[in-house]
Amino acid sequence: MEPFVKLTGVVAAMDRENVDTDQIIPAVNLKRIERTGFGQFLFSQPGWRFLPDGSPDPDFELNKPSYQGASILVAGHNFGSGSSREHAPWALLDYGFKVIIAPSFADIFYNNCFQNGMLPIVLSEANIKNLMEKAQGSYEGYEATIDLQNCTISDGQGLTIPFETDDFRRDCLLKGLDDIGLTLQNEDKISIYEKSH
Amino acid sequence: MAKTMFDKIWDEHVVIDEIGKPTVLYVDLHLVHEVTSAQAFEGLRMANRKVRRPDLTVATVDHNVPTTDRTLPITDEISKKQIDTLDNNAKEFEINYFDMFSQGQGIVHVIGPEQGYTQPGKVIVCGDSHTSTHGAFGAFALGIGTSEVEHVLATQCLVQKKPKNMEVKVNGALPFGVTAKDLILAIIGQIGVGGGVGHVIEYTGEAIRSLSMAGRMTVCNMSIEAGARAGMIAPDETTFDFVKGRPQSPRDEDFDAAVEHWKSLSTDPGAHFDKVVEIDASKLSPYVSWGTNPGMVASVDGLVPDPTTLDNPDEKVAVQRALEYMDLAPNTPIKEIKLDKVFIGSCTNSRIEDLRAAAEVVKGKKVNADVNAMVVPGSFTIKLQAEQEGLDEIFREAGFEWREAGCSMCLGMNPDILMPGERSASTSNRNFEGRQGPGGRTHLVSPEMAAAAAIAGHFVDIREWK
Ligand code: SF4
Repeated sequence: MEPFVKLTGVVAAMDRENVDTDQIIPAVNLKRIERTGFGQFLFSQPGWRFLPDGSPDPDFELNKPSYQGASILVAGHNFGSGSSREHAPWALLDYGFKVIIAPSFADIFYNNCFQNGMLPIVLSEANIKNLMEKAQGSYEGYEATIDLQNCTISDGQGLTIPFETDDFRRDCLLKGLDDIGLTLQNEDKISIYEKSH
Repeated sequence: MAKTMFDKIWDEHVVIDEIGKPTVLYVDLHLVHEVTSAQAFEGLRMANRKVRRPDLTVATVDHNVPTTDRTLPITDEISKKQIDTLDNNAKEFEINYFDMFSQGQGIVHVIGPEQGYTQPGKVIVCGDSHTSTHGAFGAFALGIGTSEVEHVLATQCLVQKKPKNMEVKVNGALPFGVTAKDLILAIIGQIGVGGGVGHVIEYTGEAIRSLSMAGRMTVCNMSIEAGARAGMIAPDETTFDFVKGRPQSPRDEDFDAAVEHWKSLSTDPGAHFDKVVEIDASKLSPYVSWGTNPGMVASVDGLVPDPTTLDNPDEKVAVQRALEYMDLAPNTPIKEIKLDKVFIGSCTNSRIEDLRAAAEVVKGKKVNADVNAMVVPGSFTIKLQAEQEGLDEIFREAGFEWREAGCSMCLGMNPDILMPGERSASTSNRNFEGRQGPGGRTHLVSPEMAAAAAIAGHFVDIREWK
């Protein structure tokens, strides 16, 4: 897993609550044999990202010109509810999102993000509203910087928002450690075992 | 302190054991198949990781492979993709691989023992629940999920909380016509499909000791249907004879040294089991499953149960629902259940001993006109051996289809499936709703019972077969 220390990127606002995993990626699109490549199916159920002819629906928020190339998603309450399938974070990551900011997350989705090197951030509703308004009001793409070392969100326009995150998970992200990474931290012990057997 | 065999194997494999955290165990053998490995390999690739021990990793294709002419293109796109993906991953990560055309190809749980990879004392994992099969050699063998597959590929370790010890002691001898399959069906019928949850079962007792390796594998294979994490049988001369001389087995002095070690693994007298169940083998008969889980079994000379006679309301509902799905009336004699298909195969019962036993039953007879019957050997090697012994001729003459090796109708990922409403006698391990095809109805039996049912068109008591 890539370490996550600091990221500057375009912020996209998705002012919806309870966005669930089936909305993030519909079940018919789970049949790939990779974890990658699910970005094309992100929010692809009828009435969301695409028009019936397959072209991008200009009314869908993520299709706004100023959001193109966004890596930070700001959303409403209870983001990622529903199934435990990792296809949901896989699809968001493949589309380009590395940070998801919301007032609350579904538990499993929250954990799955960390497993895949993504950072979910819980902020107060007031801060969420502030970020969303800035993103929605910008014409050329509103950028923010997420600093995981110092646990701050800043935007170069004088805004700084501190956030909290689990120490253990933060440590794993900073070092780029997933469960495999954690076990490999003890690689010396594995090697010793291998030599003695 | 007196230890069980499971305790000993576990202790020998501990890499890291810290208080408050699960144990990190070393894995001696990682078996891989096409269905649960693709995303794990992809994970390695994304993180720029290698397979830590390609030499301890063995892959084959079994779930999706056609059991008909393999030179023809595979029509199901997803099946083809999964197979092609494993082809490529095996090459890229340089792991041992028996592809669809290899002489070593077969059901992963059949070829492990056949090639000699499976040995006593090992920790063996595979992204497949029936990995428990390998416990028949006195190994700790368990099924894992895709994220764990990736973890094992990358680290050769498994993060596990230690399960508890359970003993299933089978006293006495199995009567004539009663096989290892009947024994494990009887055990699951007695302890229930949740009877082994959280435990590793060690099967002991006279009836277990007298089983061949094939029979022991059948028993351990279905430990998972009893809910257990794994099943095991202590290695003895039967085990050592089986392992000796296989392509991957230790040779000469190495083999002798290994046998010495393997002998030391047996459970110490007085070792503690958290749970003990005793079974009297001499009282058992051939079994047939009548419902939709492997604990719903009856003796072949018995009746389909009557839910109205049950006191437990949950059980009553479960039985009712199962009978509805299976389209069976209460109190129907098992022997009157008519069949559409007969499947002899799967990692439970597709070894050469199983095929010999089934061939013996059908020799010189004809499959019932209403029945479609097939034999799917567990591996390419078994298929060849059976052909050398002329078993294929016996089956063909009787009207059975003789197929290429694979999982086939055990789970119906390839085109071998039951049609909605069709009823099969199957030597496989799961009779869940739709397991062998949507709407299909499965009765689990031994190879002998399946063979006899194919001839008669309904279940018959193999003890009376002439
Ligand atoms: S034969 Fe059936 S149970 Fe065995 S590995 Fe194949 S699908 Fe699974």
